[in-house]
Amino acid sequence: MGWGPFQFNIMPEPASKHAPYYDALFMAITGLAALFTIMVVAMIIFFASKYRRGTKVDRKNILTHHTGLELIWMGVPLVLAFLMFGWSTKNYMSVRTMPKDAVEIFCIGKQWMWHFQHMNGVRENNELHVVVGKPVKITMISQDVIHSLYLPEMRAQYMVVPGRYTELAFTPTKPGRYKILCAMHCGTQHSEMVGQLYVMNPTEYAEWVDKGGNKYKEKPLTIQEAGAQIYNEKGCANCHTGVDNPRAPTLNGIFGKSRRFADGTTAVADREYLREAIKMPHKKLTAGWENTMPVYGGTLTELQVLQLAEYIKTLTPGKGDFERQDMKRSTPGSSGDSSPVDVANKGGSAGNAQFRTSEGRR
Amino acid sequence: MSSTIIEQGTVEKPHSEKNYLNADHTLKSWLLTVDHKRIGILYLISVTFFFFIGAIAAAMIRYELTSPKGILLSSEVYNKTFSAHGIYMVFQFLVVAIPAVLGNFLIPIMIGARDMAFPRLNLLSWYMFITGGALISLSFILGGVDAGWTFYVPLSTLSENQISLCLVGIFITGFSSIFTAVNFVATIHKMRAPGMTWYRLPLFIWSHYATAIVVLLGTPVVAITLFLVVVERGFGFGIFSPELGGDPVLFQHLFWFYSHPAVYIMILPAFGIISEVITCFSRRPIFGYRFIAYSSLAIAFLGFAVWGHHMFISSQSAFQGIVFSIITWVLAIPSAIKMFNWATTMYKGSVHFSTPMLYALGFMGLFLIGGLTGLHLASIDTDIHVTGTYFIVAHFHYVMVGGTILGYLGGIHFWFPKMFGRTYSEFWGRLSAMIVFVGFNLTFFPQFMVGYLGMPRRYHYYYFAPEWQIYHILSTAGSSVLGLGFLMPGIYLTYAIFKGKKAGANPWGAKGLEWEKCASPPVTENFSEPVIVTGSIYDYNPEEDSKLYENEDDSMLSGRGGL
Amino acid sequence: MSDHASHKGDGPEVYFQYEDIDQQQESYVVGMWSFLATEVMFFGALFLIYTLYRWKFHDTFFGAHEQLNWKMGGVNTAVLLLSSVFVAFAVHFAQMGKMKIVNLFLAGTLLCAGGFLVIKTFEYGAKFDHHLFPNHSFSYADPEHHESKSFWDEKLPSVLQMEKHEQEGDPKNARLFFSIYFTMTGLHGLHVVIGIIAISSLMILIKIKSSLITDYVPVELVGLYWHFVDLVWIFLYPLFYLIPR
Repeated sequence: MGWGPFQFNIMPEPASKHAPYYDALFMAITGLAALFTIMVVAMIIFFASKYRRGTKVDRKNILTHHTGLELIWMGVPLVLAFLMFGWSTKNYMSVRTMPKDAVEIFCIGKQWMWHFQHMNGVRENNELHVVVGKPVKITMISQDVIHSLYLPEMRAQYMVVPGRYTELAFTPTKPGRYKILCAMHCGTQHSEMVGQLYVMNPTEYAEWVDKGGNKYKEKPLTIQEAGAQIYNEKGCANCHTGVDNPRAPTLNGIFGKSRRFADGTTAVADREYLREAIKMPHKKLTAGWENTMPVYGGTLTELQVLQLAEYIKTLTPGKGDFERQDMKRSTPGSSGDSSPVDVANKGGSAGNAQFRTSEGRR
Repeated sequence: MSSTIIEQGTVEKPHSEKNYLNADHTLKSWLLTVDHKRIGILYLISVTFFFFIGAIAAAMIRYELTSPKGILLSSEVYNKTFSAHGIYMVFQFLVVAIPAVLGNFLIPIMIGARDMAFPRLNLLSWYMFITGGALISLSFILGGVDAGWTFYVPLSTLSENQISLCLVGIFITGFSSIFTAVNFVATIHKMRAPGMTWYRLPLFIWSHYATAIVVLLGTPVVAITLFLVVVERGFGFGIFSPELGGDPVLFQHLFWFYSHPAVYIMILPAFGIISEVITCFSRRPIFGYRFIAYSSLAIAFLGFAVWGHHMFISSQSAFQGIVFSIITWVLAIPSAIKMFNWATTMYKGSVHFSTPMLYALGFMGLFLIGGLTGLHLASIDTDIHVTGTYFIVAHFHYVMVGGTILGYLGGIHFWFPKMFGRTYSEFWGRLSAMIVFVGFNLTFFPQFMVGYLGMPRRYHYYYFAPEWQIYHILSTAGSSVLGLGFLMPGIYLTYAIFKGKKAGANPWGAKGLEWEKCASPPVTENFSEPVIVTGSIYDYNPEEDSKLYENEDDSMLSGRGGL
Repeated sequence: MSDHASHKGDGPEVYFQYEDIDQQQESYVVGMWSFLATEVMFFGALFLIYTLYRWKFHDTFFGAHEQLNWKMGGVNTAVLLLSSVFVAFAVHFAQMGKMKIVNLFLAGTLLCAGGFLVIKTFEYGAKFDHHLFPNHSFSYADPEHHESKSFWDEKLPSVLQMEKHEQEGDPKNARLFFSIYFTMTGLHGLHVVIGIIAISSLMILIKIKSSLITDYVPVELVGLYWHFVDLVWIFLYPLFYLIPR
């Protein structure tokens, strides 16, 4: 609202099915509050001026108590309170009853990013794409501390807690781009745990899914770029960092070089090897590491495996070798880096660790 | 309106007589005092010091938030700054200020006793308060705490900083609070003067009694909860650790079980002050004395049943949420009763617009807004969108600053002549009251708006939503005005302590043992003669009072009353 | 500074803020009960936590509790009850003004308290040796970890020794059990130590006929505190040591 240069909002865009009901209740309570405020302030101003010392008004027969009056101004607010409580509870029950036909999405909150996984296999970091008009149910859990998934335009918020699942449902009603925020203080980069919620119409959404969720990338990708994308989406960098680390060997500079395996044999890391290592990593364990890599055989197409392999080929030592904070076993909050942008690369993505609780912290 | 004229040194007893201030001038006599009045002054100095630290932290926060990208601070330091602001303000100022400064000073006098039941315990309380504050300060000097004053686990058990030291400090301050409450309960129960029945007690006493009960029942719970966090950090015991099957939300239940009643610890004493101030400056017995007294007790007890309204979205069940919601709605009623009763007290009164009265009127307006916005939070549906946002920040600042701090300042200005035997300039007093009111609203009203727009609290950056900036700029501008309003009493009151005109025993013309039976400043044993109470204390006559001012320019008139 | 009221003869001293001795004595008792209310809330929160987790993880709590020595716990219960009896006698004789006998009974209380702490030391020592202290060294139901012997077990008279029990249940929840166990019994032990300090100080003050002790009230207050400490143990013992299957 506003005029000319003095535009300002008083509420976020109501973009979910619940939002108008929410706003109606909010405005009703605000109206009630304003009414009582005006009433009492008017009473105060009136009395204070009429009975200012020195005014010639009747001050006889002062009432020091009046039980009837007290009961009235206890009773009326109490009745109003019950009415508002009833309305609010009705709204609340409708918003907390999880719709049966909802699209299910999983969410992992971690310091300091959001990871979403769709049932159709699409994974997103700090972004969430949904279809307009369809109810969405997000099942969430935290990997470390308590966060809160907050979607202001949807009027939806719920906490994301370690150790148990919580749920949040909403039905978006307007296509557009909205905010995803964390509303429970979670450490140093709490205010950067910010994402985008994209509400799309069904055709756009279908196209987006077809492209593996790439709709918003403009130019066509080279095979290495596509591979890089998969590499990031699948969260390979979770474990495979720029240098050998306890979780996984580095992939930098391995292409074309000899590798030693746990059973003592060796082989050259060529495309064939990479394919097998991605699809069935347990077949040939690199010497010095356990069998902890998830199997990607079912989830990646051959095309994607090829793209990945091409990308890995490009990884030379020194490239992409950022140190993941939790790999150093230092705790969050001690990073000195405070650059506000590029959240997705800080601390890496959740990758396959979706429902694993933080292990080995102490 | 003319200025309230304060009596000029017309007390019967000459000022060369000893009072509690000049009884002994040595530092040792102050640091080892067991006189409740001196202990009140010691608390006044220390509480002001801690407020100052919290206020500097607030200034840094407000400055930082004028830019969406931050200005001076890194996120880590910003988080430590708002944590410091909360910890100092809540634990070292709000919970302590009115009870320990004004309560300690006034309770024995108001009930006709020579001192508290346990004077040495009183002094120990002060030393524990200082020790707690020193440890908290040490923790910030050594690096600080970034988990907020709420210390939610797992953030507080996992963070690598000075949380354990800080929590030990808070634990000690908590025990200081408990010992003060023990003193209040024993004193109010057992040391009332002959004739001072419960229903003749000033409402200030009723509210402090209710406060003491809340302190006794609530503080130990937060003490043990914070202790468990220290133990988890120190030993690795995992009571709240999800990996062991523990429940991080259990921390929230235990924490809020105290921290919600804690807000009543902060506001009930302010309610008591407002009752006294409005009565005195309307020259009228208060309307609905018993209802106000009972409502204090109702708030104290009901206040223990609503902690879950801080946790509506924390994964507690819908049923739990609904129960907490209905009780919270009901809890609004006792506060509403007080508000209506205070306003009605001015009906057929004779209203004086003195500095304390301005603070009391400001309190009523601001607490009304703060309390009514609490309804948006009691309502479980509307809470979902605004919890964790600036709406909450605005709400609690309205009640804690607009409520408690205005009440505190009103009380200090009201009892200042009694405590120091001096008067201050009414002009500066009223001016700063008005500046505080204006500055406060400008600071915090925009925060309601930016909270509803979706800005979460404890956010350092908001570069993704630059449209929020205007609200922060308004808020910071307001905070400068508010800061000025708080600074001014610091200056003119300090000046008045040493250079103010000497005050008579009852410059305001008020009723009550402290005004009618006690010199300004009081002698060490409070009363020069034994006190016997024979009637209601609020027996004002507004009609007669108003007649005195019918010709306003008659400056010879002053507040009547005195020994 | 507070002045002491002048003595009226050799009766108990009335402090200056009080009108008479009755008001003074009653005030002290009200104060002490108020303080004990805070202690109830303090331990109450811990009992609540225990109750919640035991309800959630009953099987593991049962399994874990079998590692506790209920016989030693039982002896401790008896010892504390006896100490409370002694303290009650001390209060009785203080009311009669017989301070020498008061000190005798207080000495008995001290002995019992000391005995409690000795038994606790044996219990805790054994737990540490068996890696049941719930920090990073905690080990429960771990097949790779063999039973360690403990000096503290071996030195016990055979009537107090416990049969070996298999460690049943989820090790993580067992660590939770022991976290609560050590926190609660540790805090209780701390309160016992504070009680010992209070009783010893009282005995010294009585012995030197200090002007701080002019009536029975200090003994009564210490007695109240000690009864509370005993009461906490009366609840702790069955809750931790006597869980039904």
